[in-house]
Amino acid sequence: MARPFESLIIASLWASAMVSIVTTVLIIVVLSRETITFFQDVSFAEFFLSTEWQPLLKPVSFGVWELVAGTLNVVLWSLLIALPIGLMSAIFLSEYAHPRTRQVLKPLLEALAGVPTVVYAYFALTFITQDVLQPLLGTNIQFFNSLGASIVMAVMILPTIASISEDAMSSVPRELREAAYGLGATRFEVATRVVFPAALSGIIASILLAISRVVGETMIVAVAAGSTPNLTLSPLESIQTMTGYMLQVGIGDAARGTVEYKSLFAVGAMLAMMTLTFNVFGQVLVRRFREVYS
Amino acid sequence: MTEAVNVARTLQPSGQVARRQRFSRASTWMFGAATSIGVIVLVFLAIDTILTGGSRLSWDFMTSYPSRFAERAGLRSSIFGWAWVLGLTVAMVIPVGIATAVWIEEFAPRGRLLSVVKLNIANLAGVPSIIYGVLGLVIFSRAFGLGSSILAGAFTLALMILPMTVVAAQEAISQVPSSLRDGSLALGASRWQTVWHHVLPTASPGIATGVILAISRAAGETAALIMIGAFAFIAFDNTSPLDDFTTVPIQIYNWTIRPQEAFRQNASAAIIVLMVAVMTFNLFAAVVRERFRHN
Repeated sequence: MARPFESLIIASLWASAMVSIVTTVLIIVVLSRETITFFQDVSFAEFFLSTEWQPLLKPVSFGVWELVAGTLNVVLWSLLIALPIGLMSAIFLSEYAHPRTRQVLKPLLEALAGVPTVVYAYFALTFITQDVLQPLLGTNIQFFNSLGASIVMAVMILPTIASISEDAMSSVPRELREAAYGLGATRFEVATRVVFPAALSGIIASILLAISRVVGETMIVAVAAGSTPNLTLSPLESIQTMTGYMLQVGIGDAARGTVEYKSLFAVGAMLAMMTLTFNVFGQVLVRRFREVYS
Repeated sequence: MTEAVNVARTLQPSGQVARRQRFSRASTWMFGAATSIGVIVLVFLAIDTILTGGSRLSWDFMTSYPSRFAERAGLRSSIFGWAWVLGLTVAMVIPVGIATAVWIEEFAPRGRLLSVVKLNIANLAGVPSIIYGVLGLVIFSRAFGLGSSILAGAFTLALMILPMTVVAAQEAISQVPSSLRDGSLALGASRWQTVWHHVLPTASPGIATGVILAISRAAGETAALIMIGAFAFIAFDNTSPLDDFTTVPIQIYNWTIRPQEAFRQNASAAIIVLMVAVMTFNLFAAVVRERFRHN
């Protein structure tokens, strides 16, 4: 039963599926090709051992740790804020809230994830920094600072942490809770000592995925965190993250072939590897908690 | 009487137990308060935006070109550019996204290739948008010679939201009951006829929901478009996909990084426009999904 039309269609479906494979291959090729030429100009030793990132002013220096430190700075402070709030939200939604309350609250919380990041960037710079942090901390805080970006970033990742953790907690079997109640545990004890540990792999997954989002986020840090590579974890200083640097090069229209242009790809490759690592581990853990309890 | 009171008294928890119970009741408020922080922030941001930008929002604002004078600047060219680039993105992502999902769910032979494709899509979904921007810059802007045109932007955004679209379409297709396929096949329809006449129509609300949410994501994207060079001063209406362009999020970025207070107002007003658009998309997606659930 030959159906030439049908085979043609199936072939084009297959071709569409290959688009995503080609995309991945292209990302790898694009990033690695220029990264290789970058390392012909700049030594591995300088990139990984020097502690100064100064691509524009002479003497130029390409020590990537200043940019990595900027990214870690924002990861650290945004997690410190988002983690307690996110986990408490997850516990509330899963263990305390009436189903109807949860039905209203969860979509509202998830709406925070749908807000475009440029909007968050605006709030980080104008509202958080200018209207809250500067009046509060005065000259202790620089105009561009990691704290403003981190606070807003925390709001952005709140739904990631709360929603995935809540899913993990909700899928903990009822019997576990009832056994604990039967032994006289209070609701708080059931939530924190039974459900929380049982859902731990899902909770860790939510944190890894949140970190990956912070590492890859560009607009908030580019607008509010500054453009001063700075080897510090202080929240009060101006910093520059990997993504912030990439956007700066993008806006600056660096000429092709210059070391500055090539550095975009070296930093991009590093960024891609970092987010990929966090995502892969996150996905593995999500799959694990789904397997355990389904 | 007194006996009943005594019994009630002994049933009252005391000491350690009472403390634990009090603590547990207090924790309800603590966890509830933490949950409401997110919602409060959302409401607060909305109020702040409306207070700052509401007065700036006018027909003039929507129909004026950008300008170096804040009070004359408007969103005209960015709305045009936005519509163009999103329209083309949708036109690209719908066929490729749905076709990929159909191949994965209905036609792909179970094996190595299928698991590679699935794993690959999951990983692509986590790639930061700025990396897609770098990809777009090298491939579409430079190698294809599209520069910082609408077409280059649309290709870039389409690749960025493709994984999301595929995952959503896959989920919708996998929820179509297999009895429907069996019935169609038993009546002599081919596999493709079954997919085209039965599976896809049944899955279409779910697919639509996913596509709308993906567009909403593309509508707010800034970094990827800036990377391909879409950060120019545009003071004309776009008429061709090869034109340079700007979009509302890019315009917001542009106004945010200027020091003058008047531009902050413009940014707020533009944020209202952006948020209304994004919320409309999300609401629309929710409506479609609810419809779907009831059927």
